[in-house]
Amino acid sequence: MADSFAGTGALVRLALRRDRLLLTLWILGFAGMAGFSAAATVGLYPDEGSRVQAAEIVNATGALVALYGPVYDPTSVGALSLFKLTAFGAAITAVLFVFVVIRHTRAEEEAGRLELLGAGRLGRLAALSAALIVAFGASLVLGVASAGSLIAAGLPVAGSFAFGLGWAFTGIAFASLAGVTAQVTTGARAGRSLALIAVAVAYALRAVGDVASGGGNWLSWLSPIGWMQQVRAYAGDRWWVLLLPTAMAAVCVPVAMVLRSRRDLGAGLLTDRAGPSQGKLSSVSGLAWRLQRTVLISWAVGFAAFGFLLGSISDSVTGFLDSPQAAEYLQKLGGTDALADAFLAAELAIMGVLVAAYGIEAASRLHGEEEDGHAEVLLATSVSRGRWAASHLVIALMGVAGVLFVGGLAVGLGAWVATGDAGQVGALAVAALSKVPAAWVLTGLLFLLFGWLPRAVPVIWGVFAVAVVVGEFGPLWDAPQWVMNLSPFVHSPGLPAPNASLVGLVPLTLTAVVLLGLGFVGWRRRDLTTP
Amino acid sequence: MAAVIDVQGVVKRFGSTIALDGLDLQVEAGEVHAFLGPNGAGKTTTLRVLLGQLRIDAGHMTLLGRDPWADAVELHKDLAYVPGEVNLWPQLSGGEVIDLLGRLRGGLDPKRRQRYVDLFELDPTKKARTYSKGNRQKVALVAALASDVPLLLLDEPTSGLDPLMDARFRQCMHEYRETGGTVLLSSHILSEAEALSDRVTIIRSGRAMESGSLAQLRHLARTKVVATVERMPDALAELPGVHEVTVDGQQVSCQVDPAGMPALLSVLADAGVQALSSQQPTLEEVFLRHYQGGEDG
Ligand SMILES: Nc1ncnc2c1ncn2[C@@H]1O[C@H](COP(=O)(O)OP(=O)(O)OP(=O)(O)O)[C@@H](O)[C@H]1O
Ligand SMILES: [Mg+2]
Repeated sequence: MADSFAGTGALVRLALRRDRLLLTLWILGFAGMAGFSAAATVGLYPDEGSRVQAAEIVNATGALVALYGPVYDPTSVGALSLFKLTAFGAAITAVLFVFVVIRHTRAEEEAGRLELLGAGRLGRLAALSAALIVAFGASLVLGVASAGSLIAAGLPVAGSFAFGLGWAFTGIAFASLAGVTAQVTTGARAGRSLALIAVAVAYALRAVGDVASGGGNWLSWLSPIGWMQQVRAYAGDRWWVLLLPTAMAAVCVPVAMVLRSRRDLGAGLLTDRAGPSQGKLSSVSGLAWRLQRTVLISWAVGFAAFGFLLGSISDSVTGFLDSPQAAEYLQKLGGTDALADAFLAAELAIMGVLVAAYGIEAASRLHGEEEDGHAEVLLATSVSRGRWAASHLVIALMGVAGVLFVGGLAVGLGAWVATGDAGQVGALAVAALSKVPAAWVLTGLLFLLFGWLPRAVPVIWGVFAVAVVVGEFGPLWDAPQWVMNLSPFVHSPGLPAPNASLVGLVPLTLTAVVLLGLGFVGWRRRDLTTP
Repeated sequence: MAAVIDVQGVVKRFGSTIALDGLDLQVEAGEVHAFLGPNGAGKTTTLRVLLGQLRIDAGHMTLLGRDPWADAVELHKDLAYVPGEVNLWPQLSGGEVIDLLGRLRGGLDPKRRQRYVDLFELDPTKKARTYSKGNRQKVALVAALASDVPLLLLDEPTSGLDPLMDARFRQCMHEYRETGGTVLLSSHILSEAEALSDRVTIIRSGRAMESGSLAQLRHLARTKVVATVERMPDALAELPGVHEVTVDGQQVSCQVDPAGMPALLSVLADAGVQALSSQQPTLEEVFLRHYQGGEDG
């Protein structure tokens, strides 16, 4: 048995060597984000009276509760400072550690590198154990660093640790889950998607639970992200809730290990069936669709479910204050005008951010296909570089629009079911489409990187993270307007709010077109890279 | 005959690495041209430059009379490429890949396709994820051979094939040449080059060292001469073109370049030669000399 773990130490060192920069940046990013938010809130609401008023506005605004969760103790500065980061931050932590675990398990296996290492003195469970050790360790460091930064910002010590550890244990829970999904599928991409779907479902469950009842209901308790909220940092510090993610890890880790011990290297739970002996594919666009359809359809289904869910609770969240004072508070806390304007607008804004991740993921296939040596095979036939790039770009760009349209439609249908008012359905679908150009800007930026500096393509995820953070937290941190303007999401119209301005669509669309065009120029003249 | 591939003084750099350093390469229509050289010599780079996947830094080249970079799409209708490392889409079956590549090249003949699938005993229903290295290579080979094109660019196409499949591949090459096709074949296997090729180019450090038929290459190489003489001539080692002189009693042996042979023979005659034997170098020796040393060593 001990043999199964042989070489784990060496793999841990290898993983740390590969990820040290990335993990350090992420951990600093999380700790910094938490500390900044706390410091800014302390400055904004120095006395208890103003804090209580702000917290009550948040709790009365269904949009904010659904998207971020409530402020559990209106008198607590910590609870108010971090209400936006509690569930949302936990979700990003979860995503981060899903990536880390898959990267060091299934992705390595798929690339054939584990085969090379496995021929040495390396136990069957070494890669999985090493990935989990790195993820668990980094989660804890992230939690403690965040706690330290919160304490430095002047928040109570116990609450800060409760908060930091809440993030850490969310990371641990989802890292363990990714350990399981990595065993189930043969492809790293599919294993990662399964775990990420679980993150999305967890987030949606808690949204519904929070809106249904201020303190959360049974749905919130089904969600590992809900657990993070139920720790109630700075509002009771319920440490025992951390036992739930611990239990989840205690179940997932052995399951992952059993699955790994029973299967062959490279195999999944499902074995590959035989395929057709004759193919119907006859064009690169057909091939691109074949490679991308599952991901696209999954996103559309996810958006449909997410949209319907949030649309159907839209009637229970209408009660929000419309005094100018309340609007100002919300503006500072909430970021975009859209948040203050309408629940549905806020929901569409979130969809606009999420769909940008789809656009990036889909267009990244170009990079993946090149790195995997598939582009080399295709471009040796009479397919032009332009046509091949277009085959994936069209899916990414049209997919963004399609997924948003489906999402908007679903929100409208959900609202129809809840309120009996069908009039909004078409308007919401169109409103969702107004988020398309901002997502296209990031797709365009990715293609620019691909065209000129293919090795730098992964940097796009950093750009995406910064754009999201600036959009979400810029106003709270009093970021200068020019910094805010760097985020494409800030320029998307706040539809369906009546006073939303459509002006931003023109520069966004132009920027996307220019980026794509420049990307093509680079791509047509650069060397093809080999695996 | 017109050169199908004409490469003159081509330079390709990757940062500070010079992969091709003034390469010359001529492949005539209808010949099988073997492209040999040690690891990292620049064979794969040459093929990828010819496919328009890499941009050259200097020099001049044409493929079927056209510019491989600018006219890549048109040119690729007339050629098929088998990469050294065959990477396929894991979720597609071998049959799907063959048909896709064939159609992207402008169509493939179902009868030919079936024939090569049978010949290489390939199971086209398996997903590419589950193919062995050799079977992935067979998929690429079948896709290349099944499309009716006048030029094949093959990068170590047999490195994963078993001896039986290797023999089938050789048979295919002979047939292909009968129909007038041209092949540029990079390889590490000397017997393959000897069995298949009309001409050979040896490349080292991005530069062509030697080019010609195997007979010519052999001829250019040094001959080993062993002689028994009455008197030991003292000027032997100084003769131009004579190397590695060793003396053992009355017996002297040395290596000699073709150009140095007449002078050596007259010196040996003067020394009262009693017995003389000469030995043509084996192909191995010809190649090893080019792979290892400098221009003369
Ligand atoms: N994309 C690249 N970036 C940097 N260097 C490269 C790149 N591609 C090739 N090289 C370098 O160019 C040189 C020639 O490589 P190439 O792959 O053409 O060799 P080869 O003759 O095919 O070798 P082998 O027999 O091992 O296949 C090597 O030194 C290699 O390291
Ligand atoms: Mg090579």
